Amino acid sequence: MTAPAAAVGNEQRDSAAFDVERLRACFPILERNVRGHRLVYLDNAASAQRPEVVIEAVSDCYRTYYANAHRGVHALSEQSTDAYEAARGKLARFIGAPDSHEVVFTRGTTESLNLVAQSYGRPRLEPGDEVLLTEMEHHSNIVPWQLVCEQTGARVLAAPLTDDGELDLDRFAGMLNERTRVVALAHVSNALGTVNDIPAVVELTRSRSDAAVVVDGAQAVPHMAVDVAALGCDFYAFSGHKMYGPGGIGVLWGRHELLAAMPPYHGGGAMITRVTFERSGYMAPPQRFEAGTPAIAPAIGLGVAVEFLESIGLERIERHEHELLSHTMEVLNDLPWVNVLGHASNAGPVRAAVVSLVIDGAHPHDVATILDEQGIAIRAGHHCAQPLMDRLGVPATVRASFGMYNTHEEVDLLVSGLHEVRRIFG
Amino acid sequence: MSDLRDLYQQVILDHYRSPRNFGALDPATACAEGYNPLCGDQVKIYLRMDGDRVDGATFEGVGCAISTASASLMTEAVRGLERPQAEALIASFLALMTGEGNGAGDIDLGKLEVLSGVKDYPVRIKCATLAWHALRAALEGGDSEAVTTE
Repeated sequence: MTAPAAAVGNEQRDSAAFDVERLRACFPILERNVRGHRLVYLDNAASAQRPEVVIEAVSDCYRTYYANAHRGVHALSEQSTDAYEAARGKLARFIGAPDSHEVVFTRGTTESLNLVAQSYGRPRLEPGDEVLLTEMEHHSNIVPWQLVCEQTGARVLAAPLTDDGELDLDRFAGMLNERTRVVALAHVSNALGTVNDIPAVVELTRSRSDAAVVVDGAQAVPHMAVDVAALGCDFYAFSGHKMYGPGGIGVLWGRHELLAAMPPYHGGGAMITRVTFERSGYMAPPQRFEAGTPAIAPAIGLGVAVEFLESIGLERIERHEHELLSHTMEVLNDLPWVNVLGHASNAGPVRAAVVSLVIDGAHPHDVATILDEQGIAIRAGHHCAQPLMDRLGVPATVRASFGMYNTHEEVDLLVSGLHEVRRIFG
Repeated sequence: MSDLRDLYQQVILDHYRSPRNFGALDPATACAEGYNPLCGDQVKIYLRMDGDRVDGATFEGVGCAISTASASLMTEAVRGLERPQAEALIASFLALMTGEGNGAGDIDLGKLEVLSGVKDYPVRIKCATLAWHALRAALEGGDSEAVTTE
């Protein structure tokens, strides 16, 4: 089912230019009109769109071979199980995991992080222990840690950011100590696009504590090549729906020795060896953490999304998105009434293609409504990062987040939309 | 078809840029907070009641043009009303926003009609109604937990 996209991707890789128009043709939704305008979709950090091959893979599963995985001995169950496990293998290869048994399918980044907090954190955390986060975290990398700290008496601390919206590594290092049990941070900030230097964080953490390093990779995997072995972290969490895959499916990668020592997160079928009313035995990872019937078709669709990304090439995607970011920053820097937040370095690979901004005299929600009227989808609000908004001293921002299919023409449409905001509110 | 000019009328932009009755009211006899957890907008309504009459109403908080203008216009409209009239005004305004027309019949919404364009933007209705829910809570006694739009 992946042939059409793979063909496009291979041709593109062979040609010098990144043919964004051919790539766009793989995404049916980009054809549609919104309020009389061609859709300009710049809300990819919230959720990306899916290529036809992913939609088709999910549909094909349900049409032709769907059954429960790991259950029956009949033909459909065998085929579903094979496809589901093949998807796990694709995900493992995609993130450089040494062993596909280290890839746990979850509902998404949020569930992955809750799983780590409860199954890794809860048995280890004691009163006075510390979980070290950063000020740029998404709520999904804050609240699970608060919950486990309430249960255990440990406490959550947040390492500060510089005024440029980057993690202050010196102050981060100063907060590490022998009570630090977990360091949890985003690979890429969903609100600012800041790319954290994970190897440096890991090195500092290892030198000053025995804490596990948990990385929220939701905003990284669709936009740059990720190799968990090279990063050196202990856990890596991400979602399917932000990487052009189906919703309701995500991944937790964890080091095998850590996963193998962790108790289950959810209890139920498929994760046990033998159940009696006295006690139950648990399967080895990853099955131990996949209680109940998994999201089989979405997992298979996610495997196809991975192949799609690989067929285009993550380096090419990153370069294209970075050109869009540079273009955007170049234009916005000339507009004195636009203030881009966390604008540390707009050149180089230390920033992902996310632009968070505020406009003098116009609230982000009004900006969003005016842009929407022109068919431009952006996000306005706190981006599930209220502590970061507090740190930046704004209640909300306007966020444009780019994906592989966005174009320079769309950057220009965004900017002309902002001029319309200025005309109304100026 | 909706039109941005209907939404962002001059009166709304004026009340957004120069909100009336903005700030704490001292002394106040009741106050209540409204909070929209989806967008983070918050508003606090202060009331000074003279018996059953609204002697004064002010607000503070951060919000978009729609929520700020709605709160500003509301504090002007509610001042001097007897409690039942104020309650009827709230009901009428909320009915206007939900597209049920002027529910209470003979209530004249006056200047508040400029907000009628909001009903064509369903995701923005909560912006316009936030202050009104807080006003209702303040009239009912106030100083309780923040009312939310969710």
